[in-house]
Amino acid sequence: MNEPLLHMAGVRKAFGSHVVLRSVDLEIEPGQCVVLIGASGSGKSTLLRCVNLLEQVDDGVITFDGRDITDPRVDGDEVRSRMGMVFQSYNLFPHLDVLGNVTLALLKVHGVAREEARERGLAMLDRVGLAAKSAARPDDLSGGQQQRVAIARALVANPRLMLLDEVTSALDPELVGEVLDLLTDLKRDGVTMLLNTHEMGFARDVADQVCFLHDGTIHESGMPEQVLGDPRKDRTRAFLSRIRA
Amino acid sequence: MEQTTDWQPSDVQRERDVWRRRRTLRSAAIAALSTTLLVGTLAFAVVSSPGWERVQATYFHWPKAVDAFPAVVEGLWLNIRVMLVCAVLIVALSLTIAVMRTLRGPVAFPLRMIGTAYVDIFRGLPLLLVLFLLGFGGPALNLTGLPTSALFWGCAALVLSYSAYVAEVFRAGIESIHPSQRLAGRSLGLTYSQTLRHVVLPQAWRRVLPPLMNDLVSLQKDSGLIAVLGVVDAIRAAQIETARDFNYTPYVVAGFLFICLTIPMARLTDWYAKKQGFHGAGGML
Repeated sequence: MNEPLLHMAGVRKAFGSHVVLRSVDLEIEPGQCVVLIGASGSGKSTLLRCVNLLEQVDDGVITFDGRDITDPRVDGDEVRSRMGMVFQSYNLFPHLDVLGNVTLALLKVHGVAREEARERGLAMLDRVGLAAKSAARPDDLSGGQQQRVAIARALVANPRLMLLDEVTSALDPELVGEVLDLLTDLKRDGVTMLLNTHEMGFARDVADQVCFLHDGTIHESGMPEQVLGDPRKDRTRAFLSRIRA
Repeated sequence: MEQTTDWQPSDVQRERDVWRRRRTLRSAAIAALSTTLLVGTLAFAVVSSPGWERVQATYFHWPKAVDAFPAVVEGLWLNIRVMLVCAVLIVALSLTIAVMRTLRGPVAFPLRMIGTAYVDIFRGLPLLLVLFLLGFGGPALNLTGLPTSALFWGCAALVLSYSAYVAEVFRAGIESIHPSQRLAGRSLGLTYSQTLRHVVLPQAWRRVLPPLMNDLVSLQKDSGLIAVLGVVDAIRAAQIETARDFNYTPYVVAGFLFICLTIPMARLTDWYAKKQGFHGAGGML
């Protein structure tokens, strides 16, 4: 068994008196793809944002790459530079072209030389099938293309962990496929991923582990066939029957 | 979602909280120290300069300040009234101009043209020039029904000049509202002007209020410029007091009073901008 890349223990996050995450325990090994499922407002996005240190946890410990990243002495920017995050509504920078979006962090965070950043950016765009769009503005692309650019932007600096927050929820059904295909490719290449999604078919295909988030904690987790096909807990069964209805 | 109240922070979390508190205290201590050092050094540099005694006698003469205070305050009251009246008129006029400039369709062309010409002219003319032109030329027109007082024409000049700027702020606000809002309004059956009145303007108004407050502060100071027409405002009153013995303390008194007026306004602007909340999601960063 490998050393876990990400380890969460007793993570708690409340907004005022509203407790979103009560106590979350989770482990991700390198190369694994962990899928979070759960009702709207169950804290799936909050969990990802806590891992990315976009939210400060109220309690608990998150260990990333062997280091406690919830320690206030830790440099959050440095931690984030080793993770990639993709958002539901893409969040591309509209004032930069596609290549500019992809190379910004390489140039400003990772100190890569302009020429090399350009090459790596173009190679990454080629990988997501958008090499021809490198000079386009994000607004001129379809939703699926924009999301692929966002994935390229997050992936270009070789992050240790990819966090994907409902990356297909804002897409038309016919565009969902192109993004999910890309994620399946990444999984095959050994990219470690933590994602939340409503695409149960996709979860079943790529997940090594499916976690059902309920009541601020991971209510049930296990192999996708088991959690999605034969859930042990009533709540999980009720949730799955609701989304299939 | 369950509301758990029986949660107790873990030892790790307690240790983190202690560390964060200590860091906050340390930051505050450093801030206090560096501020004291900087301000102290500056104050010492001024006070120890060779000419300080003469400057103090001419600009910071306490008895003279007390002496001039009532006259300056009386002048300031005029500034405040001018500002308040002008502000209301400026909002009305500039909003009209801004709406005129955003109207569409060929029928509205003359309105658009008038709006554009107005903004071009009054934004281009120096305020002092407008004051001289209207302040001395206005009364000379002998228009029936209009007063000939310098105060009236001075205010008119302020309103005309400022409205050109403020209209542009309003127009930027109106145009910053996403077209989808207009579409949504029209799809409900609202007319063009109803959409503008009930959907676009309320949102634009909220968005431009902080920059408008900035213009209000600016207007408050520029209201002093009507003194060039012979109206006795705070600055003119200070000038009169100064002329008695060439002690410039009344100017300092007037400046101090103006600052006392603008600071609350600036804090109000800050508070409002903060309330608008530009931190949205991911507020930590």
